[in-house]
Amino acid sequence: MNILCVCGNGIGTSVLLKVNVEQVASDMNMDVNVTTSDAGSAKGTANMSDLVLTSPQLAAELEGVDVPVETIENFMDPDEVKKILEKYAD
Amino acid sequence: MATDFEQFLPDSAFLIDAEAQDWRDAIRLAGKGLVDSGFTTNAYTDDMIATVEAMGPYIVIAPGLALAHSRPSAAVLHTGLSWVRLSKAVPFGNEANDPVSLVIGLAGRDENEHLQVMSAIARALSNPQASEELRHAATPEAIRAILQR
Repeated sequence: MNILCVCGNGIGTSVLLKVNVEQVASDMNMDVNVTTSDAGSAKGTANMSDLVLTSPQLAAELEGVDVPVETIENFMDPDEVKKILEKYAD
Repeated sequence: MATDFEQFLPDSAFLIDAEAQDWRDAIRLAGKGLVDSGFTTNAYTDDMIATVEAMGPYIVIAPGLALAHSRPSAAVLHTGLSWVRLSKAVPFGNEANDPVSLVIGLAGRDENEHLQVMSAIARALSNPQASEELRHAATPEAIRAILQR
């Protein structure tokens, strides 16, 4: 599945999140393609992915997007990421 | 990899047990580490503060940890990071993850140049033991050594 990680500028927190998501997905044997974006351009590209991950503070910027948007509080917690991925794994 | 770390996270980028009055002050310290290492101009420090003012404290990405940064601009001279460990934790207004005791400053020329170092940081911080050791490491060498495992 295609996962888009969104942060304010697209170079910091989303990159850390991408690393964590890729690690967790690989542990779960999930096939994922993770990309990163800043909140401003995410609205345009979000619909090309299957799932959007972002922080609670930025979720409002993604309102109206057609794909599921999940928020993560601790970007460094593999368990929190895993719980979300489990909902979408099949 | 070792050269990468000394290039992106040199001794001059560390402020260990520094004191901050509030979150703006904490970000200013992260900015100082970046400026002192030749990564950014002072304008980038203001940009990092403005990012939080505009978008909220989303940069507090894990309990006690803020990743201070802004977007690539003319104020970014080279890609690099700074590492600020506060002597006393300060609140950033992020309910889930306050208060913050470690501020990592990030200046990126694009989203790729710092990927290797960021991957190492993500790996270390998502490992409870390495993360705990990072909080107590006393020198830049010790911190770089933990990140490079």
